[in-house]
Order: sequence, then structure tokens, then C-alpha cells
Amino acid sequence: MATQQSTSANPKVNYKYRRNKARQEMRTQVTSFALMIFLTLIAFIMVMAGFDKYFVLPVLLVLAAVQVVLQLYNFMHMSHKGHEGVALFLYTGVFIAFITILTFLTIVWW
Amino acid sequence: MSTVAQKKGFLSVLWDYLTTVDHKKIAILYLISGGFFFLVGGIEAMIIRVQLAVPDNSFVSAGLYNELLTMHGTTMIFLAAMPLLFGFMNAVVPLQIGARDVAFPFLNSLGFWLFFFGGIFLNLSWFLGGAPDAGWTSYASLSLASEGHGIDFYVLGLQISGAGTLIAGINFLVTIINMRAPGMTYMRMPLFTWSSFVASALILFAFPPLTVGLFLMLFDRMFGAGFFDVSMGGNTIIWEHLFWIFGHPEVYILILPAFGIFSEIFATFSRKRLFGYAAMVFATVLIGFLGFMVWAHHMFTVGLGPTANAIFAVATMAIAVPTGVKIFNWMLTMWGGSIKFTTPMLYAVAFIPSFVAGGVTGVMLAAAAADYQYHDTYFVVAHFHYVIIGGVVLGLLAGTHFYWPKMFGTMLNETLGKITFWLFLIGFHGTFFIQHFLGLMGMPRRIWKFLPGQGLELPNLISTIGAFFMAVAVIVLLINIVITSVKNERVGNDPWGDGRTLEWAISSPPPFYNFKQLPLVRGLDPYWIEKMEGNTKMTPAEPIGDIHMPNNSFIPFVMSLGLFIAAFGAMYQVDWRASDGESFVWALPVLVIGMLITLGSMAVRSLKDDHGYHIHKEDLMEDEEGGRD
Repeated sequence: MATQQSTSANPKVNYKYRRNKARQEMRTQVTSFALMIFLTLIAFIMVMAGFDKYFVLPVLLVLAAVQVVLQLYNFMHMSHKGHEGVALFLYTGVFIAFITILTFLTIVWW
Repeated sequence: MSTVAQKKGFLSVLWDYLTTVDHKKIAILYLISGGFFFLVGGIEAMIIRVQLAVPDNSFVSAGLYNELLTMHGTTMIFLAAMPLLFGFMNAVVPLQIGARDVAFPFLNSLGFWLFFFGGIFLNLSWFLGGAPDAGWTSYASLSLASEGHGIDFYVLGLQISGAGTLIAGINFLVTIINMRAPGMTYMRMPLFTWSSFVASALILFAFPPLTVGLFLMLFDRMFGAGFFDVSMGGNTIIWEHLFWIFGHPEVYILILPAFGIFSEIFATFSRKRLFGYAAMVFATVLIGFLGFMVWAHHMFTVGLGPTANAIFAVATMAIAVPTGVKIFNWMLTMWGGSIKFTTPMLYAVAFIPSFVAGGVTGVMLAAAAADYQYHDTYFVVAHFHYVIIGGVVLGLLAGTHFYWPKMFGTMLNETLGKITFWLFLIGFHGTFFIQHFLGLMGMPRRIWKFLPGQGLELPNLISTIGAFFMAVAVIVLLINIVITSVKNERVGNDPWGDGRTLEWAISSPPPFYNFKQLPLVRGLDPYWIEKMEGNTKMTPAEPIGDIHMPNNSFIPFVMSLGLFIAAFGAMYQVDWRASDGESFVWALPVLVIGMLITLGSMAVRSLKDDHGYHIHKEDLMEDEEGGRD
């Protein structure tokens, strides 16, 4: 799996190519870092501005989900090849957790 | 490591098994301890059937009856069926994918010992003031009211053995994803490996809800929390949901590997490629997936409301579709095949109608409106025994005969095997078929005695007689095992003569490093492909080289023992606090000591590097026999 990553440490791969790849990767990381700070700011401002809680709560959840996705794909390398199996298991787990929570919200704690 | 066969004393063999990290030896450990718990659970079942043989019987008391039925269910599911399946998964899966061991041999051993000590802890309840008595589902409203320590034994014992199961499941996932031999793509994996893979994924997702549920129960019972206590603002239904979110996938964890064993047997003894391999794989995955969306069908009468009931009813019926796909594929595998009716094949053929009967009653039960009539009657008892015995236990018995030569290097006697089969099959249908009608006549499940003159006498008597047939069948199997082991006639690589997958390409039992050279897999049923091309063995995928092997370790045993000791402390500290520190003063120290043993051994494992050892190329070349140690 390690060999499939784009930022390969393999010295045989062209130096320029690797440098270019690393630079691109760095750029996405910096971009998503900035984006994440921005999203966090929005979240804080929204709460401090005292909007209606039925507006704030769902938006907060959506922002949180976006942050998790950014984290997984841009910082934890799920955007790289060779992570399809991991992604499958992750989404299955998310799905099962989701229907569990959905059930509890609809028929246990109604 | 000497590769010369040596005669070893009993103690050195014992030490070898206590410290082993070899998947083949762990398989034997699972088989022995799972078999032991199977006998324990079987004896409990026999006592239940004797009590119900005649009306108004008083063979056992009402309280003891509750303990028996609880421990029968719990033991059979957690301590017999699952470990036995893990035994076969350990014995076969690494060989089938052409690996030298599982991904984490140390964890494999740890998983076994956790299960073992959890099981022993649970069963010690018999001698320490009474076993759990709230049913294997341990519904909170019953178990919170249960006096004594029975439920505490259930909670702590299952927590420990559940951790072992989770570890084992993750280990198999990693093994199957990462350790396949060159050429062994996902769509070339034998179906037993596929079903073990899906079952392991189900373990990964299903056991955490159980762990959470058990923890909440533990806090409710031991520390006065109120998660399930309505009078404290809790909700007793939450336990039912958590338990069944685990419990329904659990039954698929049991049945899928059994399906896998049968798939291997059908293909082997029909001497044909498995019909519809891709459809079989898809159906297996789909069953696993749907298995998470149906749990509330166990709770139709709780009052979830018609919408929820309808959704879960439809989802449940949907599972019949992939299961039907599998049934037809097995039949079409036999169609036109040159069938050999060996003992495993007899089990496989008998499995189809037995399991279909259980499946049909399953769809009947899935109709939520009708379920109000069936719920908590013997109809349900008949249904789940048809799927679990007709599916899982027949699969385990078939697997025992089928893989015995691969595990122990000697064949079980076929005649005795067939006697076992017929006695068991007759006994099984005799016991449980009639229970459908008992249920429809209105006999509730989990009752201690029934009254005469209600038409329940004869069916119950027939059911008990059937149970005795099954008991005799198991005794014949044990005799068979003893005779076979004493005779010990060694067999070659492929004792059935028609092996298709990689495990039959190496000696029986395989050398401790499995494959001297990893095999090159050129398609589905790789060994069969080589045989059809006139080769006697697999084409190697690598030159002979040093093999890296893990060292044996005693740490898993100690780690599990620590939790076992700590569990006693955790349980009796309740009495210590209840008595204001008067009695049970030892409870808290025992808890601390137990945890220290576990944490200490974890520290030792983490701090001390264990790099394993190498079998050198030269020793491998000399070792033509295959180096049995």
C-alpha cells in the first residue's frame, strides 16, 4: 500500500515529478486548513450571534461533517489510492451508526 | 527451532499449547474448548427436555429451570457455536488464501484466551450462588430484578469473551485483506474465506453495540445507574435495541461461515466448480449488509408502531432473496455433478431442506401482524433451532468431518460418521418439527412446566425423545474421535481425493510454517486447476528463502487471566459496599491486582521487543517431509 501513495519515497521516481506532487499536496493541505479555520469561525460566530437554535444546530452538524471529510481526505490520506477498502468499512460503519441513531430518535425517544 | 520430530512429554505439550501463536494450534484449542462448552450446553438442553417430557414435572425447580434455559442459550451461541466456527476459520482460512499465519498471531492467541476465560467465568456462576436467569437476551426489566450475582456473571463473562471475539474478527479482516498469496484476488477467494470475511466484518460492527449495552447494564447493576430503570428516567427498551442491534447480526455471524463450509463441501463432493460463484459472493455480502437493518423484528410486540414494524418486516423478508440465491446455487452445484455421498456431503444435502424450513418460518415470523400470534411461543423456539441447528450445527458437524484430516492428519471413521449423521438428523427433526405445532397450539416458550389435559403431552414427549437421539449421535461422534485418534492412521495431502482449494495442496497437518514457498494462484479453486493440468503440487510464486516466524508467548494467557481475576473483584465489590466494608474486604484488592496483572503484561508486551525468529533456507531445503514440529 505504501508504494501506491503519490508522494512516493521511492528514489527511482523522477525527482521533479515527486516535487511537483508534494507541492500539490501541500497546496491542498494549506487550502483545506484555511477552509477549516474559516468553517470553525462561522460556527463560533453563529452561536455568539444568538441565532435561533433550530437554525444553528443543523448547520453546526453539517459544518462538522464537512470538517470530518476534509480531515479524512486531505490530512489522513484517504484521497490517495489504495484506501478503497478502508473507505468501504468506514462508510458501512457510518451507515450503521446512522440508522441506529435514526431508530432511537424516531421510535425510542419519541 | 529443530525440525526433527521429537517425542514430547505431556507438560511440554501443554506448555506448547498455552503459549502457541500458531493458527493451526489455536484452531485446535478453539475446537476443544468450543466442543467442551457444546457438551455443557447440550447437557443443559437435555435437562430442559427431561423436565418438559411429562406434564407437571418437577425434575428441576422453577428457578433452576430459568438458569438452565439462560445458560443453554448463552453457552451455545457465545461459547460453543462461535468458537467452533473460529476454530475452523483459524484452521482453514490462512491455508485457503496461501498465507503462513494470520496477520497478528499474538492477537489470535489473545482472542482465544479472552474467550476461554470469559466462558469459564460465566460457567463458574453455577458454583458461586446461581447462574444468570433472565434468558440469553437478558432483557433489562428481568435482569435488573434478578437477585444474586447471576446477571453479573453474564455481563462480565460476556464482556471478556466478547473482547476476544472482536479481536479475532479484526484479525481475520486484516489477514484476508493483506495476506493473500500472489494471484489470490478477491474474486478467487474460496467461499469459506469470503463468508469468514463477511462474518468478521459483522463482528466488527455488531460487537460494539453489545459492549455498550453490557457496560450500561454493568453500571445499572453495580453502581446504581439508571439507564434501563424506568423509575429513574431510564428506558428498558434501550437494552432490547442495543442487544438486538448486536443479536441479529450475531446470528449471521454464525450462519455465514457455516454457509461457507457447505459451499466448499458441495463443490468438492460434486466434483464441480461452485455454481454461480459471483452471485454467491454477492449474496453473502448482501446478507451481511441487510443483517443490520432488521433487528427490530425481534421486538414487533414491544409497540414500536405500525410504521416501524412495517419497515422492519419488509427488510426482513428481503433477506430471503439472497438466501434463496444461495440455496439454488448449491442445488445447481450438485446438478450434473459426480456426487460422492461422504459424511460431510450427507450433512450438506440434509442442510438444504432443514435450513429452508427454518427460513420459511422466518418469513412467517417476519410478518409483523402475524408475529403477535407467534411471539414468545414454541413456534419461535422451533424456528430458531431449525436455522441454528439445521444451519450452523449441521455445518459444524460437516466441517468437523471434512476438515478433521487437515487439522489432525487422520480421517474420522466414515461408518460411524454416517451413524452420527442419521441419528442427529432424525433426532433434530423429531425434537423441533413438532414444536412448531406446540407453538401454534399456544405453548409459551421459557415455561418451567405445563399442565396435563391441554393436548401438550404427546408432542412434548416426542420432542424429548428426539433430543435423546441427538445426544446419542454426539456420543457416537465422541467415540469416533477417540477411536480415530487411537488408531491414528496418517493420511496424505488430499485425503478426500477431490480437494479444490489451497489447503489440500499441503501435508495434513501442514508444517508449522504452512507453505515452504508461497503458491501462485492462477484462478478459482487453484489446486484443482493444477490437478487438471497434471501437476501434483502448486507452482511456487517465490524461491525458497528464510521464513520469518513469530515467537511463542505466554503473555496472552496472563493478560486474559488478569481480567478473569479482576472480574471477581468487580463483582464482589458490590457486596463489599453493601455491607459497609464489613465483609468481602478482599474484593477491591482483587480487582486492583487483576487489573495490574493485565496492564503489567500489556506493558511487558509493549516494552519488550519480540522480533521472532527465522527458519533458514538450508533447514527448509533439508526438510522434505514438511517439518512437523
